[in-house]
Amino acid sequence: MPQIVVEDLVKRFRISERDAGMWGAVRGLVRRRYQTVTALDGVSFSIEPGELVGYVGPNGAGKSTTVKVMSGILVPDSGRCEILGRVPWRSRNEHVGELGVVFGQRTQLWWDLPVIESFDLLRDIYRIPRGEYIANRDEFISILDIGGLLDVPVRQLSLGQRMRCDLAAALLHSPALLFLDEPTIGMDAVSKLAFREFIKRFNEERGTTVILTTHDMDDIEAICDRVMIISDGKILSDGTLDDLRRQVTLERRLVVDLDGDELPVVHPEAVVSSRNGHRVNIRFDPERVSATELISHVTSHNRVRDIFVENLPIEEVIAQIYRDQRG
Amino acid sequence: MISYWAILSARFRSLLQYRSAALAGLITQVVWGLIRVMIFQAFYRSTNAEQPMSGSDVETYIWLGQAFLAALPWNIDTDLRALIRSGWIGYELVRPVDLYWYWLSRALSWRTAPMLMRAVPLLVFAFVLMGMSPPVSVGAGLAFAVSMCAAIVLSSAITTFLNVTMLWTITGDGITQMTFGLVLIFSGMLVPLPLYPDWSQPIINAMPFRGLVDTPYRLYLGHIPLSEFAGVLAHQLVWILTFVVAGRIAMARALRRVVVQGG
Repeated sequence: MPQIVVEDLVKRFRISERDAGMWGAVRGLVRRRYQTVTALDGVSFSIEPGELVGYVGPNGAGKSTTVKVMSGILVPDSGRCEILGRVPWRSRNEHVGELGVVFGQRTQLWWDLPVIESFDLLRDIYRIPRGEYIANRDEFISILDIGGLLDVPVRQLSLGQRMRCDLAAALLHSPALLFLDEPTIGMDAVSKLAFREFIKRFNEERGTTVILTTHDMDDIEAICDRVMIISDGKILSDGTLDDLRRQVTLERRLVVDLDGDELPVVHPEAVVSSRNGHRVNIRFDPERVSATELISHVTSHNRVRDIFVENLPIEEVIAQIYRDQRG
Repeated sequence: MISYWAILSARFRSLLQYRSAALAGLITQVVWGLIRVMIFQAFYRSTNAEQPMSGSDVETYIWLGQAFLAALPWNIDTDLRALIRSGWIGYELVRPVDLYWYWLSRALSWRTAPMLMRAVPLLVFAFVLMGMSPPVSVGAGLAFAVSMCAAIVLSSAITTFLNVTMLWTITGDGITQMTFGLVLIFSGMLVPLPLYPDWSQPIINAMPFRGLVDTPYRLYLGHIPLSEFAGVLAHQLVWILTFVVAGRIAMARALRRVVVQGG
Protein backbone atom coordinates (compact mmCIF):
# COMPACT_ATOMS: atom_id res chain seq x y z
CA MET A 1 0.00 0.00 0.00
CA PRO A 2 1.42 3.40 -0.92
CA GLN A 3 2.65 5.54 1.93
CA ILE A 4 1.89 8.81 0.19
CA VAL A 5 -1.11 9.32 -2.04
CA VAL A 6 -1.58 12.64 -3.79
CA GLU A 7 -4.50 13.01 -6.14
CA ASP A 8 -5.40 15.93 -8.30
CA LEU A 9 -4.04 18.61 -5.95
CA VAL A 10 -4.92 22.15 -6.91
CA LYS A 11 -3.60 25.24 -5.15
CA ARG A 12 -4.06 28.81 -6.28
CA PHE A 13 -2.59 31.92 -4.69
CA ARG A 14 -3.94 35.40 -4.96
CA ILE A 15 -1.16 37.94 -5.12
CA SER A 16 -1.77 41.66 -5.08
CA GLU A 17 -0.13 43.76 -7.75
CA ARG A 18 0.51 47.43 -8.02
CA ASP A 19 1.47 49.70 -10.86
CA ALA A 20 4.95 51.14 -10.62
CA GLY A 21 5.61 54.69 -9.43
CA MET A 22 3.93 57.13 -7.10
CA TRP A 23 0.61 57.14 -8.89
CA GLY A 24 0.51 53.35 -8.82
CA ALA A 25 1.19 53.37 -5.08
CA VAL A 26 -1.62 55.84 -4.41
CA ARG A 27 -4.06 53.96 -6.60
CA GLY A 28 -3.09 50.75 -4.82
CA LEU A 29 -4.39 52.27 -1.57
CA VAL A 30 -7.85 52.65 -3.02
CA ARG A 31 -8.26 49.69 -5.25
CA ARG A 32 -6.19 46.56 -5.09
CA ARG A 33 -5.79 44.42 -8.13
CA TYR A 34 -5.20 40.77 -7.62
CA GLN A 35 -3.74 38.18 -9.86
CA THR A 36 -4.36 34.49 -9.41
CA VAL A 37 -1.40 32.21 -9.73
CA THR A 38 -1.98 28.50 -10.06
CA ALA A 39 0.82 26.85 -8.15
CA LEU A 40 -0.50 23.30 -8.40
CA ASP A 41 -2.70 22.34 -11.30
CA GLY A 42 -3.88 18.79 -10.72
CA VAL A 43 -0.81 17.09 -9.27
CA SER A 44 -1.09 13.34 -8.68
CA PHE A 45 1.42 10.70 -7.62
CA SER A 46 1.88 7.95 -5.11
CA ILE A 47 4.97 6.86 -3.27
CA GLU A 48 5.69 3.49 -1.69
CA PRO A 49 7.49 3.12 1.65
CA GLY A 50 11.26 3.25 1.31
CA GLU A 51 11.38 4.98 -2.06
CA LEU A 52 14.00 7.63 -2.82
CA VAL A 53 12.25 10.16 -5.00
CA GLY A 54 13.76 13.21 -6.64
CA TYR A 55 11.36 16.07 -7.21
CA VAL A 56 12.67 18.59 -9.69
CA GLY A 57 11.37 21.53 -11.65
CA PRO A 58 12.28 25.08 -12.56
CA ASN A 59 11.91 27.87 -9.99
CA GLY A 60 8.27 28.61 -9.30
CA ALA A 61 7.10 25.28 -10.70
CA GLY A 62 5.26 24.21 -7.56
CA LYS A 63 7.87 22.06 -5.83
CA SER A 64 7.81 23.90 -2.52
CA THR A 65 4.04 24.19 -2.60
CA THR A 66 3.75 20.42 -2.94
CA VAL A 67 6.20 19.90 -0.09
CA LYS A 68 4.30 22.39 2.07
CA VAL A 69 1.01 20.61 1.42
CA MET A 70 2.61 17.29 2.29
CA SER A 71 4.07 18.84 5.47
CA GLY A 72 0.65 20.02 6.62
CA ILE A 73 1.64 23.68 6.40
CA LEU A 74 -0.57 24.51 3.46
CA VAL A 75 -4.15 23.53 2.70
CA PRO A 76 -4.84 22.83 -0.99
CA ASP A 77 -7.92 24.27 -2.73
CA SER A 78 -8.97 20.82 -3.88
CA GLY A 79 -7.64 17.33 -4.28
CA ARG A 80 -6.61 14.59 -1.91
CA CYS A 81 -3.43 14.06 0.05
CA GLU A 82 -2.99 11.18 2.45
CA ILE A 83 0.25 10.30 4.14
CA LEU A 84 0.42 7.23 6.36
CA GLY A 85 -3.37 7.27 6.27
CA ARG A 86 -3.57 10.83 7.61
CA VAL A 87 -4.53 14.09 6.00
CA PRO A 88 -1.51 16.28 6.88
CA TRP A 89 -3.27 19.58 7.60
CA ARG A 90 -6.12 17.97 9.57
CA SER A 91 -3.99 16.04 12.03
CA ARG A 92 -0.93 18.24 11.88
CA ASN A 93 0.61 17.34 15.23
CA GLU A 94 0.44 13.56 14.72
CA HIS A 95 1.55 13.96 11.12
CA VAL A 96 4.63 16.10 11.72
CA GLY A 97 5.78 13.70 14.43
CA GLU A 98 6.42 11.16 11.61
CA LEU A 99 8.21 13.71 9.50
CA GLY A 100 11.82 14.85 9.27
CA VAL A 101 12.58 17.96 7.24
CA VAL A 102 15.80 19.62 6.15
CA PHE A 103 15.78 22.95 4.36
CA GLY A 104 19.06 23.93 2.77
CA GLN A 105 18.21 27.61 3.03
CA ARG A 106 17.52 27.66 6.71
CA THR A 107 18.63 25.85 9.81
CA GLN A 108 16.15 24.17 12.09
CA LEU A 109 18.57 24.32 14.97
CA TRP A 110 18.50 27.01 17.61
CA TRP A 111 20.87 29.71 16.50
CA ASP A 112 22.30 30.70 19.88
CA LEU A 113 22.50 27.27 21.45
CA PRO A 114 25.28 24.70 21.23
CA VAL A 115 24.33 21.89 18.84
CA ILE A 116 23.95 19.30 21.58
CA GLU A 117 21.39 21.48 23.38
CA SER A 118 19.34 21.72 20.20
CA PHE A 119 19.39 17.93 20.05
CA ASP A 120 18.24 17.67 23.66
CA LEU A 121 15.51 20.18 22.97
CA LEU A 122 14.28 18.12 20.00
CA ARG A 123 14.24 15.05 22.23
CA ASP A 124 11.79 16.83 24.49
CA ILE A 125 9.73 18.34 21.67
CA TYR A 126 9.30 15.01 19.87
CA ARG A 127 9.13 13.08 23.17
CA ILE A 128 11.73 10.62 21.90
CA PRO A 129 12.20 7.66 24.27
CA ARG A 130 15.54 7.89 26.05
CA GLY A 131 17.11 4.71 24.64
CA GLU A 132 16.12 5.52 21.07
CA TYR A 133 17.38 9.08 21.43
CA ILE A 134 20.79 8.06 22.72
CA ALA A 135 21.20 5.32 20.10
CA ASN A 136 20.24 7.63 17.21
CA ARG A 137 22.25 10.56 18.50
CA ASP A 138 25.43 8.57 18.98
CA GLU A 139 25.06 6.84 15.62
CA PHE A 140 24.59 10.12 13.72
CA ILE A 141 27.39 11.82 15.63
CA SER A 142 29.81 9.14 14.51
CA ILE A 143 28.57 8.71 10.90
CA LEU A 144 28.27 12.43 10.23
CA ASP A 145 31.47 13.15 12.13
CA ILE A 146 30.03 15.96 14.19
CA GLY A 147 31.45 14.95 17.58
CA GLY A 148 33.73 17.99 17.61
CA LEU A 149 30.91 20.42 16.85
CA LEU A 150 28.49 19.56 19.63
CA ASP A 151 29.50 22.34 22.00
CA VAL A 152 29.67 25.04 19.33
CA PRO A 153 26.76 27.47 18.99
CA VAL A 154 25.03 26.92 15.66
CA ARG A 155 25.72 30.46 14.46
CA GLN A 156 29.47 29.72 14.47
CA LEU A 157 29.27 26.63 12.24
CA SER A 158 30.23 26.64 8.57
CA LEU A 159 27.50 25.76 6.08
CA GLY A 160 28.72 22.21 5.56
CA GLN A 161 29.03 21.61 9.31
CA ARG A 162 25.62 23.11 9.94
CA MET A 163 23.95 20.95 7.31
CA ARG A 164 25.40 17.80 8.83
CA CYS A 165 24.04 18.85 12.23
CA ASP A 166 20.71 19.76 10.66
CA LEU A 167 20.46 16.36 9.05
CA ALA A 168 21.14 14.60 12.33
CA ALA A 169 18.56 16.82 14.03
CA ALA A 170 15.90 15.96 11.45
CA LEU A 171 16.35 12.24 12.01
CA LEU A 172 16.67 11.98 15.80
CA HIS A 173 13.04 10.95 16.17
CA SER A 174 13.32 8.17 13.54
CA PRO A 175 10.80 9.68 11.12
CA ALA A 176 9.07 7.45 8.57
CA LEU A 177 9.45 10.20 5.97
CA LEU A 178 12.24 12.60 5.21
CA PHE A 179 11.76 15.74 3.11
CA LEU A 180 14.93 17.37 1.85
CA ASP A 181 14.43 20.78 0.28
CA GLU A 182 17.52 21.85 -1.68
CA PRO A 183 19.78 20.35 0.98
CA THR A 184 23.08 20.61 -0.88
CA ILE A 185 22.74 24.26 -1.89
CA GLY A 186 26.06 26.02 -1.30
CA MET A 187 27.90 22.90 -0.13
CA ASP A 188 31.43 22.07 -1.18
CA ALA A 189 32.16 18.87 -3.13
CA VAL A 190 33.32 16.82 -0.15
CA SER A 191 30.30 17.76 1.96
CA LYS A 192 27.96 16.95 -0.93
CA LEU A 193 29.43 13.51 -1.42
CA ALA A 194 29.27 12.76 2.31
CA PHE A 195 25.70 14.01 2.42
CA ARG A 196 24.55 11.80 -0.47
CA GLU A 197 26.35 8.83 0.99
CA PHE A 198 24.57 9.30 4.30
CA ILE A 199 21.12 9.67 2.73
CA LYS A 200 21.51 6.50 0.67
CA ARG A 201 22.78 4.55 3.61
CA PHE A 202 20.09 5.78 5.94
CA ASN A 203 17.41 4.92 3.39
CA GLU A 204 18.79 1.39 2.94
CA GLU A 205 19.21 0.68 6.64
CA ARG A 206 16.02 2.18 7.97
CA GLY A 207 13.71 2.06 4.98
CA THR A 208 12.86 5.73 5.42
CA THR A 209 11.07 7.26 2.45
CA VAL A 210 13.00 10.24 1.10
CA ILE A 211 11.69 13.05 -1.07
CA LEU A 212 14.40 15.33 -2.37
CA THR A 213 13.87 18.62 -4.17
CA THR A 214 16.96 20.08 -5.73
CA HIS A 215 18.40 21.90 -8.71
CA ASP A 216 21.56 19.83 -8.51
CA MET A 217 21.08 16.96 -10.93
CA ASP A 218 24.12 15.19 -9.56
CA ASP A 219 22.17 14.82 -6.29
CA ILE A 220 19.40 13.13 -8.23
CA GLU A 221 21.73 10.92 -10.21
CA ALA A 222 23.60 9.86 -7.08
CA ILE A 223 20.63 9.21 -4.81
CA CYS A 224 17.29 8.79 -6.50
CA ASP A 225 15.67 5.72 -8.01
CA ARG A 226 12.82 7.78 -9.32
CA VAL A 227 12.41 11.32 -10.58
CA MET A 228 9.28 13.39 -10.80
CA ILE A 229 9.42 16.55 -12.87
CA ILE A 230 6.99 19.36 -12.25
CA SER A 231 6.56 22.50 -14.30
CA ASP A 232 3.84 25.14 -14.13
CA GLY A 233 2.02 23.10 -11.51
CA LYS A 234 1.79 19.92 -13.56
CA ILE A 235 3.74 16.70 -13.34
CA LEU A 236 5.50 16.33 -16.68
CA SER A 237 7.24 13.08 -16.11
CA ASP A 238 7.52 10.42 -13.45
CA GLY A 239 9.88 7.47 -13.71
CA THR A 240 13.46 6.24 -13.46
CA LEU A 241 16.34 8.26 -14.82
CA ASP A 242 16.66 5.86 -17.75
CA ASP A 243 12.98 6.29 -18.58
CA LEU A 244 13.54 10.01 -18.58
CA ARG A 245 16.47 9.81 -20.94
CA ARG A 246 14.54 7.59 -23.30
CA GLN A 247 11.63 10.01 -23.21
CA VAL A 248 13.84 12.84 -24.43
CA THR A 249 16.25 11.22 -26.82
CA LEU A 250 17.94 7.97 -27.55
CA GLU A 251 21.01 9.78 -28.71
CA ARG A 252 24.36 8.99 -27.16
CA ARG A 253 27.79 10.48 -27.55
CA LEU A 254 31.10 9.01 -28.48
CA VAL A 255 34.13 11.06 -27.55
CA VAL A 256 37.29 10.27 -29.49
CA ASP A 257 40.82 11.61 -28.93
CA LEU A 258 42.72 11.34 -32.19
CA ASP A 259 46.43 10.84 -32.52
CA GLY A 260 46.88 13.29 -35.39
CA ASP A 261 45.40 16.30 -37.10
CA GLU A 262 43.82 14.60 -40.12
CA LEU A 263 40.08 14.75 -40.63
CA PRO A 264 38.33 11.83 -38.89
CA VAL A 265 36.56 9.15 -40.89
CA VAL A 266 33.13 8.55 -39.33
CA HIS A 267 30.47 5.88 -39.79
CA PRO A 268 27.68 6.98 -42.17
CA GLU A 269 25.01 6.63 -39.43
CA ALA A 270 26.87 8.92 -37.00
CA VAL A 271 27.47 12.68 -37.00
CA VAL A 272 30.42 14.74 -35.84
CA SER A 273 28.83 17.33 -33.59
CA SER A 274 31.95 19.26 -32.66
CA ARG A 275 35.70 19.13 -32.83
CA ASN A 276 38.11 20.68 -30.39
CA GLY A 277 41.78 20.09 -31.23
CA HIS A 278 42.36 16.34 -31.14
CA ARG A 279 39.03 15.69 -29.44
CA VAL A 280 36.03 14.82 -31.62
CA ASN A 281 32.46 14.51 -30.33
CA ILE A 282 30.30 12.12 -32.31
CA ARG A 283 26.54 11.73 -31.90
CA PHE A 284 24.80 8.48 -32.72
CA ASP A 285 21.52 6.68 -32.28
CA PRO A 286 22.15 3.24 -30.73
CA GLU A 287 19.12 1.82 -32.56
CA ARG A 288 20.67 2.57 -35.93
CA VAL A 289 24.29 1.77 -35.15
CA SER A 290 25.42 -0.02 -32.03
CA ALA A 291 28.18 1.43 -29.87
CA THR A 292 30.46 -1.57 -30.50
CA GLU A 293 30.04 -1.33 -34.26
CA LEU A 294 30.69 2.40 -34.22
CA ILE A 295 33.77 2.04 -32.03
CA SER A 296 35.32 -0.68 -34.18
CA HIS A 297 34.58 1.43 -37.27
CA VAL A 298 36.21 4.50 -35.75
CA THR A 299 39.26 2.65 -34.43
CA SER A 300 39.87 0.82 -37.72
CA HIS A 301 39.68 4.00 -39.83
CA ASN A 302 41.50 6.45 -37.54
CA ARG A 303 44.53 6.55 -35.29
CA VAL A 304 42.83 6.79 -31.90
CA ARG A 305 44.47 7.60 -28.56
CA ASP A 306 41.40 7.38 -26.32
CA ILE A 307 37.71 6.72 -26.73
CA PHE A 308 34.61 6.71 -24.47
CA VAL A 309 30.81 6.66 -24.69
CA GLU A 310 28.68 9.21 -22.84
CA ASN A 311 25.03 9.47 -21.98
CA LEU A 312 23.37 12.81 -22.49
CA PRO A 313 23.98 14.62 -19.17
CA ILE A 314 20.86 14.48 -17.01
CA GLU A 315 20.95 18.26 -16.78
CA GLU A 316 20.39 18.50 -20.54
CA VAL A 317 17.68 15.84 -20.46
CA ILE A 318 15.73 17.82 -17.92
CA ALA A 319 16.31 21.15 -19.62
CA GLN A 320 15.01 19.53 -22.81
CA ILE A 321 11.85 18.38 -21.00
CA TYR A 322 11.27 21.90 -19.64
CA ARG A 323 11.73 23.32 -23.14
CA ASP A 324 9.41 20.79 -24.80
CA GLN A 325 6.69 21.70 -22.36
CA ARG A 326 7.10 25.44 -22.84
CA GLY A 327 7.41 25.20 -26.61
CA MET B 1 4.25 19.95 29.00
CA ILE B 2 7.86 18.80 28.99
CA SER B 3 8.24 20.16 25.43
CA TYR B 4 7.24 23.65 26.47
CA TRP B 5 9.42 23.57 29.54
CA ALA B 6 12.35 22.51 27.33
CA ILE B 7 11.65 25.39 24.93
CA LEU B 8 11.42 27.84 27.81
CA SER B 9 14.65 26.73 29.41
CA ALA B 10 16.58 26.59 26.12
CA ARG B 11 15.50 30.10 25.21
CA PHE B 12 16.32 31.26 28.74
CA ARG B 13 19.85 29.91 28.45
CA SER B 14 20.43 31.51 25.07
CA LEU B 15 19.19 34.87 26.35
CA LEU B 16 21.60 34.73 29.28
CA GLN B 17 24.40 35.15 26.72
CA TYR B 18 23.56 38.81 26.23
CA ARG B 19 25.66 40.12 29.09
CA SER B 20 26.72 43.47 27.68
CA ALA B 21 23.10 44.36 26.91
CA ALA B 22 22.30 43.54 30.52
CA LEU B 23 25.13 45.71 31.79
CA ALA B 24 24.08 48.65 29.61
CA GLY B 25 20.47 48.21 30.72
CA LEU B 26 21.54 48.05 34.34
CA ILE B 27 23.43 51.34 34.15
CA THR B 28 20.56 53.08 32.34
CA GLN B 29 18.07 51.83 34.88
CA VAL B 30 20.19 52.99 37.83
CA VAL B 31 20.51 56.48 36.33
CA TRP B 32 16.80 56.69 35.53
CA GLY B 33 16.02 55.45 39.04
CA LEU B 34 18.13 58.22 40.57
CA ILE B 35 16.44 60.85 38.40
CA ARG B 36 12.95 59.60 39.25
CA VAL B 37 13.74 59.45 42.95
CA MET B 38 15.00 63.06 42.87
CA ILE B 39 11.89 64.25 41.03
CA PHE B 40 9.61 62.67 43.62
CA GLN B 41 11.73 63.97 46.51
CA ALA B 42 11.37 67.50 45.11
CA PHE B 43 7.65 66.95 44.74
CA TYR B 44 7.23 65.67 48.30
CA ARG B 45 9.29 68.57 49.73
CA SER B 46 7.19 71.14 47.92
CA THR B 47 3.94 70.11 49.61
CA ASN B 48 2.70 69.63 53.14
CA ALA B 49 -0.58 68.06 52.09
CA GLU B 50 -1.27 64.46 53.09
CA GLN B 51 -0.32 62.15 50.15
CA PRO B 52 -1.85 58.71 49.48
CA MET B 53 1.64 57.18 49.69
CA SER B 54 4.62 58.11 51.89
CA GLY B 55 7.83 59.45 50.33
CA SER B 56 9.91 56.44 51.34
CA ASP B 57 7.25 54.05 49.97
CA VAL B 58 7.39 55.87 46.66
CA GLU B 59 11.18 55.48 46.56
CA THR B 60 10.98 51.74 47.19
CA TYR B 61 8.22 51.52 44.56
CA ILE B 62 10.51 53.28 42.07
CA TRP B 63 13.48 51.00 42.75
CA LEU B 64 11.29 47.91 42.36
CA GLY B 65 10.10 49.35 39.05
CA GLN B 66 13.66 49.94 37.86
CA ALA B 67 14.70 46.44 38.90
CA PHE B 68 11.84 44.68 37.11
CA LEU B 69 11.56 47.07 34.13
CA ALA B 70 12.61 44.44 31.59
CA ALA B 71 9.69 42.24 32.62
CA LEU B 72 7.23 44.73 31.12
CA PRO B 73 5.71 43.98 27.69
CA TRP B 74 7.77 46.66 25.97
CA ASN B 75 9.06 44.94 22.85
CA ILE B 76 8.40 42.06 20.50
CA ASP B 77 10.44 38.97 19.91
CA THR B 78 12.97 39.96 17.24
CA ASP B 79 13.61 36.35 16.22
CA LEU B 80 9.94 35.82 15.53
CA ARG B 81 9.80 39.06 13.58
CA ALA B 82 12.66 37.85 11.38
CA LEU B 83 10.81 34.57 10.78
CA ILE B 84 7.63 36.38 9.82
CA ARG B 85 9.35 38.85 7.52
CA SER B 86 11.21 36.12 5.69
CA GLY B 87 8.11 33.94 5.37
CA TRP B 88 9.82 31.09 7.20
CA ILE B 89 7.15 31.21 9.85
CA GLY B 90 5.22 28.45 8.07
CA TYR B 91 8.00 26.05 8.81
CA GLU B 92 7.52 26.55 12.54
CA LEU B 93 4.48 24.37 11.98
CA VAL B 94 6.55 21.29 11.21
CA ARG B 95 7.15 20.75 14.91
CA PRO B 96 4.65 18.63 16.82
CA VAL B 97 3.84 21.39 19.30
CA ASP B 98 0.99 23.82 19.72
CA LEU B 99 2.28 27.05 18.27
CA TYR B 100 0.58 29.27 20.88
CA TRP B 101 2.08 27.50 23.88
CA TYR B 102 5.38 27.40 22.05
CA TRP B 103 5.31 31.19 21.60
CA LEU B 104 4.13 31.78 25.15
CA SER B 105 7.03 29.67 26.46
CA ARG B 106 9.40 31.77 24.39
CA ALA B 107 7.80 34.95 25.73
CA LEU B 108 8.14 33.77 29.33
CA SER B 109 11.89 33.37 28.93
CA TRP B 110 12.10 36.57 26.87
CA ARG B 111 10.52 38.43 29.82
CA THR B 112 12.43 36.72 32.65
CA ALA B 113 16.02 36.14 31.52
CA PRO B 114 16.94 39.79 30.73
CA MET B 115 14.96 40.97 33.75
CA LEU B 116 16.78 38.66 36.18
CA MET B 117 20.18 39.73 34.91
CA ARG B 118 19.33 43.35 35.68
CA ALA B 119 17.16 42.92 38.78
CA VAL B 120 19.62 41.16 41.05
CA PRO B 121 22.46 43.71 40.91
CA LEU B 122 20.02 46.61 40.85
CA LEU B 123 18.23 45.45 43.99
CA VAL B 124 21.56 44.99 45.76
CA PHE B 125 22.49 48.52 44.77
CA ALA B 126 19.15 49.94 45.94
CA PHE B 127 19.23 48.12 49.29
CA VAL B 128 22.84 48.89 50.12
CA LEU B 129 23.21 52.44 48.84
CA MET B 130 19.74 53.90 48.43
CA GLY B 131 18.10 52.74 51.62
CA MET B 132 15.37 50.76 49.88
CA SER B 133 13.20 49.03 52.46
CA PRO B 134 12.50 45.25 52.61
CA PRO B 135 8.93 43.88 52.37
CA VAL B 136 6.81 45.11 55.23
CA SER B 137 6.27 41.57 56.54
CA VAL B 138 7.04 37.97 55.63
CA GLY B 139 3.44 37.60 54.43
CA ALA B 140 3.78 40.70 52.27
CA GLY B 141 7.01 39.33 50.83
CA LEU B 142 5.36 36.05 49.88
CA ALA B 143 2.31 37.81 48.44
CA PHE B 144 4.68 40.01 46.43
CA ALA B 145 6.54 36.95 45.10
CA VAL B 146 3.32 35.25 43.95
CA SER B 147 1.94 38.42 42.45
CA MET B 148 5.23 39.20 40.70
CA CYS B 149 5.12 35.76 39.04
CA ALA B 150 1.57 36.49 37.90
CA ALA B 151 2.81 39.86 36.59
CA ILE B 152 5.46 38.12 34.48
CA VAL B 153 2.93 35.64 33.09
CA LEU B 154 0.57 38.54 32.31
CA SER B 155 3.38 40.42 30.60
CA SER B 156 4.25 37.31 28.57
CA ALA B 157 0.63 36.82 27.53
CA ILE B 158 0.50 40.46 26.36
CA THR B 159 3.84 40.03 24.57
CA THR B 160 2.57 36.90 22.83
CA PHE B 161 -0.54 38.78 21.79
CA LEU B 162 1.69 41.49 20.28
CA ASN B 163 3.77 38.80 18.56
CA VAL B 164 0.62 37.31 17.07
CA THR B 165 -0.46 40.68 15.65
CA MET B 166 2.76 40.65 13.64
CA LEU B 167 1.22 37.89 11.55
CA TRP B 168 -0.94 40.67 10.12
CA THR B 169 1.21 43.77 10.37
CA ILE B 170 4.59 42.14 9.65
CA THR B 171 6.57 44.66 11.69
CA GLY B 172 4.52 45.03 14.86
CA ASP B 173 6.20 48.33 15.75
CA GLY B 174 3.06 50.49 15.80
CA ILE B 175 0.99 48.34 18.09
CA THR B 176 3.95 47.68 20.37
CA GLN B 177 4.67 51.37 20.90
CA MET B 178 1.00 52.07 21.49
CA THR B 179 0.77 49.27 24.01
CA PHE B 180 3.91 50.34 25.77
CA GLY B 181 2.54 53.86 26.10
CA LEU B 182 -0.52 52.49 27.85
CA VAL B 183 1.64 50.22 29.98
CA LEU B 184 3.89 53.08 31.15
CA ILE B 185 0.98 55.29 32.15
CA PHE B 186 -1.48 52.79 33.59
CA SER B 187 0.80 50.23 35.23
CA GLY B 188 2.36 52.63 37.72
CA MET B 189 5.71 52.63 35.99
CA LEU B 190 5.62 56.40 35.33
CA VAL B 191 3.83 57.57 38.46
CA PRO B 192 2.70 55.20 41.25
CA LEU B 193 -1.00 54.59 40.67
CA PRO B 194 -2.22 55.79 44.12
CA LEU B 195 -1.00 59.28 43.17
CA TYR B 196 -3.46 59.55 40.27
CA PRO B 197 -6.71 61.48 40.94
CA ASP B 198 -9.45 59.68 42.84
CA TRP B 199 -11.94 59.80 39.96
CA SER B 200 -9.53 57.89 37.72
CA GLN B 201 -8.92 55.05 40.20
CA PRO B 202 -11.89 52.82 39.18
CA ILE B 203 -10.89 53.05 35.50
CA ILE B 204 -7.24 52.30 36.22
CA ASN B 205 -8.19 49.45 38.52
CA ALA B 206 -10.29 47.79 35.83
CA MET B 207 -7.50 47.90 33.25
CA PRO B 208 -5.03 45.02 33.01
CA PHE B 209 -1.86 47.08 33.36
CA ARG B 210 -1.77 47.60 37.13
CA GLY B 211 -1.26 43.84 37.41
CA LEU B 212 2.19 44.32 35.85
CA VAL B 213 3.62 46.79 38.38
CA ASP B 214 1.32 48.36 40.91
CA THR B 215 -0.25 45.20 42.34
CA PRO B 216 2.94 43.34 43.31
CA TYR B 217 4.79 46.48 44.49
CA ARG B 218 1.99 47.66 46.76
CA LEU B 219 1.68 44.17 48.23
CA TYR B 220 5.41 44.44 49.00
CA LEU B 221 4.90 47.80 50.70
CA GLY B 222 1.83 46.62 52.60
CA HIS B 223 -0.03 49.40 50.83
CA ILE B 224 -2.44 46.71 49.67
CA PRO B 225 -3.24 44.75 52.85
CA LEU B 226 -2.97 40.96 52.78
CA SER B 227 -6.73 40.75 53.21
CA GLU B 228 -7.09 42.08 49.65
CA PHE B 229 -4.45 39.73 48.21
CA ALA B 230 -6.93 37.19 46.82
CA GLY B 231 -8.87 39.94 45.05
CA VAL B 232 -5.90 41.58 43.34
CA LEU B 233 -4.44 38.22 42.37
CA ALA B 234 -7.80 37.27 40.83
CA HIS B 235 -7.66 40.51 38.82
CA GLN B 236 -4.28 39.50 37.44
CA LEU B 237 -5.42 35.94 36.67
CA VAL B 238 -8.56 37.09 34.86
CA TRP B 239 -6.48 39.34 32.63
CA ILE B 240 -3.94 36.58 31.98
CA LEU B 241 -6.78 34.33 30.89
CA THR B 242 -8.24 37.09 28.70
CA PHE B 243 -4.96 37.68 26.86
CA VAL B 244 -4.31 33.95 26.45
CA VAL B 245 -7.77 33.36 24.97
CA ALA B 246 -7.55 36.44 22.75
CA GLY B 247 -4.05 35.43 21.63
CA ARG B 248 -5.14 31.89 20.78
CA ILE B 249 -8.13 33.10 18.79
CA ALA B 250 -6.06 35.68 16.93
CA MET B 251 -3.39 33.11 16.18
CA ALA B 252 -5.89 30.53 14.94
CA ARG B 253 -7.34 33.12 12.57
CA ALA B 254 -3.94 34.31 11.39
CA LEU B 255 -2.75 30.75 10.80
CA ARG B 256 -5.83 29.89 8.82
CA ARG B 257 -4.88 32.78 6.57
CA VAL B 258 -1.21 31.78 6.40
CA VAL B 259 -2.17 28.19 5.71
CA VAL B 260 -4.60 29.17 2.99
CA GLN B 261 -2.57 31.94 1.43
CA GLY B 262 0.87 30.43 1.66
CA GLY B 263 4.04 31.41 3.46
